[in-house]
Formats: sequence, structure tokens, C-alpha cells
Amino acid sequence: MARALDKPSDNIMEMLKRNVRGAYTIWYRDIVRFKRDRVRMFSSLGMPIVYLFVFGSGLSPAMREMGGGNIDFKQFMFPGVLTMTVLFTSVFSAVSIVWDREFGFLKEVMVAPVSRVAVALGKVAGGSTVSLFQGLIVLLLAPVLGVNLSISQIVSLIGLMVMLAVMMTSLGILIAARQKSMEGFHMMMNFVLLPMFFLSGAFFPLRGVPVWMYLLSKLDPVTYGVDPLRQVSLQALVPPDLMHTVSLNPVTYNVMMMASFSVLFLIPAVWLFGRQE
Amino acid sequence: MYSIKVEQLVRHFGKNVAVDDISFKVESGEIFGFLGPNGAGKTTTINMLTTLLRPTSGTALVNGYDVGKQQALVRQSIGMIFQDASLDDKLTGRENLLFHGMLYGLSADDFSDKAAKLLDMVELTDRAEEVVLNYSGGMKRRLEIVRGLLHNPNILFLDEPTLGLDPQTRRHIWDYLITLRERQGVTMFMTTHYMEEAEHCDHIAIIDDGKIVGLDTPEALKAMVGGDIIMAITDDNEQASLRLQNSHGVDTRKGPDNQLIIETERGDRFIPEMMSVLTDQTQGNISVKSVYLRCPTLEDVFIKLTGHAMRDQNAVDKDKVRSGMRRWRGR
Ligand SMILES: Nc1ncnc2c1ncn2[C@@H]1O[C@H](COP(=O)(O)OP(=O)(O)OP(=O)(O)O)[C@@H](O)[C@H]1O
Ligand SMILES: [Mg+2]
Repeated sequence: MARALDKPSDNIMEMLKRNVRGAYTIWYRDIVRFKRDRVRMFSSLGMPIVYLFVFGSGLSPAMREMGGGNIDFKQFMFPGVLTMTVLFTSVFSAVSIVWDREFGFLKEVMVAPVSRVAVALGKVAGGSTVSLFQGLIVLLLAPVLGVNLSISQIVSLIGLMVMLAVMMTSLGILIAARQKSMEGFHMMMNFVLLPMFFLSGAFFPLRGVPVWMYLLSKLDPVTYGVDPLRQVSLQALVPPDLMHTVSLNPVTYNVMMMASFSVLFLIPAVWLFGRQE
Repeated sequence: MYSIKVEQLVRHFGKNVAVDDISFKVESGEIFGFLGPNGAGKTTTINMLTTLLRPTSGTALVNGYDVGKQQALVRQSIGMIFQDASLDDKLTGRENLLFHGMLYGLSADDFSDKAAKLLDMVELTDRAEEVVLNYSGGMKRRLEIVRGLLHNPNILFLDEPTLGLDPQTRRHIWDYLITLRERQGVTMFMTTHYMEEAEHCDHIAIIDDGKIVGLDTPEALKAMVGGDIIMAITDDNEQASLRLQNSHGVDTRKGPDNQLIIETERGDRFIPEMMSVLTDQTQGNISVKSVYLRCPTLEDVFIKLTGHAMRDQNAVDKDKVRSGMRRWRGR
């Protein structure tokens, strides 16, 4: 009877094939689990709606002069809500590694003939796909808010969401790489992720804030995700010469910062995850 | 030809020495058993051999590859059945198998043939499309076992494979494993603390407190005990023990349920002599309630080698707690 397992080989092409297949498997598992979880798919719409319509409507009257009076607060918040969805979905997807470790499934993956790097990259791909999908669902709210998007805007937003997702999934894997239980993650959630989100300018403009906050926001990777999403989604509403009142950096700069942060997170994440106990 | 060669393998966890300088070889195509009580270091050893844990020192070759330096090649050579839960319970039984097949690069045809056959063997075909969350503990265990067999590994590691299974399923699985060995020459390295299961092995290493205290075939190990085992229940075990020591120079030990255990050659001849010594009127009659003669088991070997029983009450309690944990975690 033929062996299904090929003769062990460390030929470069063989290894590559094996690892691409492994990464694909990890990605595919995330997709299957996501599809099964209809509740999660739609409940994730709940938070954005609450924020937009409660918070947004409540603050709208106080924040009238945004973008030279061309947009209201809900429209300002929309890219922030988009960021929120992508950010938390990405991090949660990556941190599911901790669940897998606690419930034992991770061992099954770790003895398989697939490198740790491939597993981590598969996880980045899986988490990013799932959060992009969630982001797209939130995008459906845009017309309700009077944010009408053209095809080219949507394409740009997708690109930006993917970058944000990759960055945040990488951060999630970095957090989860050595974590043995979910408790440690809750700490991270309260002391790292939430501050990161609130300092990013998702829900208020970072103009005229105290210097410490301004400086922290510069160090905050999420800032570089919110800013371009805002510029692209409000393109048609805010005249170009007034865009600077609601934004910070050129889009290309933001994109470069996201790419840099992704690399900065991913390399130690893969290294930590791959280290044997 | 050896499939596994281990030399002076050591693993510390902080100050705790889980595996303490063990060396052994496993021949290709044999079933090699690791027998030892809870906490002996069985899982730690398996985890080092399967690249999940880094040895503190020493070397191990699996299929000729170094577990420290050639992890990719080691992992391509092996299959593993874990002691603790390792399924994704949000997925169906078949999906769990499918992901395993994908990770190991099985073609779609190979997969469906093999999966159908294995699911049949453990009677899970009807439940294959259900999420594992709904499975009972035994069903999960059966699924895990066949998942480890799915990709036809050269060397199979089984960590307490049949823990918590009913006897019938256990027999089914053993039949399959033995056929697998005969037809495909698969090498198996297993840990267990079921004595009966250890009997299936070609060689057994007895491990206690991180050290190998004996290594041989089950027959040779049992021959170490020498002769027969007599188990008696008397009115006054201490007195009986003393009297047998004086009259025949035999050592006795305490067994479970207030039994007195006597190790001797030709037990059939010893029993009448023992009876006359114990019921000797001049020294006072010790009434004997029951006498039972049997061949030595691996448990006897274990006691002989380590001086303590394998399943003391402490360990049994710990085991209960853990199987409870397993059930809880498996949810
Ligand atoms: N990850 C770990 N961290 C710290 N100590 C550990 C770890 N894993 C195992 N140990 C310790 O190493 C020793 C050996 O454990 P191991 O799991 O190898 O035993 P075992 O022979 O498999 O026992 P059992 O029959 O209960 O499965 C135990 O004292 C255990 O507490
Ligand atoms: Mg164990």
C-alpha cells in the first residue's frame, strides 16, 4: 500500500509547496469557522450601529463645524467605526491562537509538517480575510449616513482595510504568541488595545488636543489606519482644501507607516511563535 | 535498523526534572511501550520526540533525523495521537479529518477513501457531519485516533491512546494497530498505564520519576519476578508475614484490599506448605480466608523495580481530576 506521506525531503521546492499548502489550510479553517458563525457575522454590525447612531447622533449638534461645515459628526465617525470593526476582528482572530492552545488544537498544527512561519502567515491571512469581510458589511451603512462611495473609493477602502487588518492581525499574533491563557489577553485588551483605538483619532479629530496625546497618537499604529480611511471615504464630501481640518498625513505616508508597523509586529511575532518551549 | 534512538535525554521544567537522562532504541516495525505512573515523564518524552518540546540536553533521532536540528524532517516522518484533547470542536468530525489531510498533503481521492474507511472502523460514519462539540468523550477520542492514522505515518506516537474508551472499542483499535504494523511495518511508540495494553508491545520501558528503571520484552520483564504470585487474605497479615519469613525465608508485601502478596517459585507446591505453617496449632492458628495463585503481571514487575505500586491512591485521584479536566476542556 502506498504511503500518503511522501518520503521526507528538505528540497526547497518541496518545502515551499508543503508550507504554502499548510498556510492555505490554516486560512481555510478560519474561513470555514467564520462562515459557520452567522451570529458573529451580524452581531458585529451591532457595535458600529450603536456607536454611529447613539454616540454620533448625540454629539452631532456639538460638533457642527467639521470639514468646514460640510460633514456632520456621524460622517466623521464612519471611518472610525470601520477601523474599530477591522481592528477588533483582526485582533480577536489572531488571539484565537490562545484558545487553540488552551483547547489543544494547536498541538495538532504544531506536529504537522508545516513550518511555524507558514502557520503564522496563514493565520494573518485568515484573520485579515475575516476582518475585511466584516469591514465590508459595515461599509453597507455608508449610504444610510449620506456617505456615497464610488467604485474607485470602495476599491481604495478595501486596500486600506486589508493593510490595517494585516497590521492588527500581526499585532494580535505577537500578543498571542506566548500567551497560555485568555486572562493575559484581557489585560492587553484593556491596557493596550483600547487606548490604541481611542488615541487613533477614530472618534474625535486630533487637532488641538494636548501635546502628550498628540505625541502618543503619532506612536499609535492605528492612527495611520484611521487617517487614510477617513480621507478616502470623505473625499466627495469635504473639499480638498479643507481636508486637512479632519486629517493628518498624506495617504501614501499612512500606507508606508502601516507597512512598517506590519513588518515590525510580524517579525517578532513569527519568531516568538516559532520558538520551541 | 532503528526508527528511534535516544541518548541521555533530559528535560527540566524549572527545578523539576521531568525526564532524567534516558536512553533507548526502538527497532523499525516494533511496538514500543512506555509504562509508568502519572507524572513519570511519558508525555514529556513524547513531546521531545515529536519536536513539541526542546530537550534540555541529550539527543534523539527519529527516522534518522535529529529532533533538535531537523524538525521539519522529523515532522514529515511521524503521526501523533495526543493524550489530551486536540480537536477543533467548532468543526464537524469530517472537517477535522479534512484539515489533517490538508496539512499532510493528502490528495482528495486518497482522503475520501481513507476517511470513509477509518470513520467506519470507529463507527462514526453516521455522526461525521456533526460538529465535534456534540460528541461524547469516547467519540472524540475515537476521532482523534483515526485522525492520527489518516496520513499513513512511518512512525506513530500514541500517548495513552485508549484512555477512557470502552473495552470493545479498545479491542477494535488494537486490532487495527496490529494489522497496520503487520501490513505496513509502521513503528509505534506508545505510552500507557494500562498493564493489559502494555502486553501488546514488543518491548517495554518502565519509567518512574523521569528514569527508565527496566527495559525488555514483556515476557522477560515478567520472568524477572520469578515464579508465581500468591495472594492471600488472612486474619492477621503481619503475623502471617512474619511466620513465613521465619519458616521459608520468603518476603511478602501488602497488596490492595488487605491482601498479602507472596512471590515464590512453584506456587502450586508452596500453597500447602504455607497453609500448614499458618494453621500450625503450636504457634496459634491464623485463619486463612482466601488464597489465589496467579502469574506475575507487569504491575508486579513495576513494584519489584521501583518498590512502590504504580497506581497508588494518590495517583488514582489525580487521574480522576484530570479526566474531569479533560472533559471540561474538551467542550
Ligand atoms: N509544561 C510543563 N511545565 C511544567 N512542568 C511540567 C510541564 N509538563 C510536564 N511537567 C511536569 O513534568 C513531570 C512529567 O510530566 P508528564 O506529563 O511527562 O508525565 P506523564 O508520564 O505523561 O504522566 P501522565 O500519566 O499523568 O500523563 C510532571 O511532574 C509534570 O508536572
Ligand atoms: Mg502523559
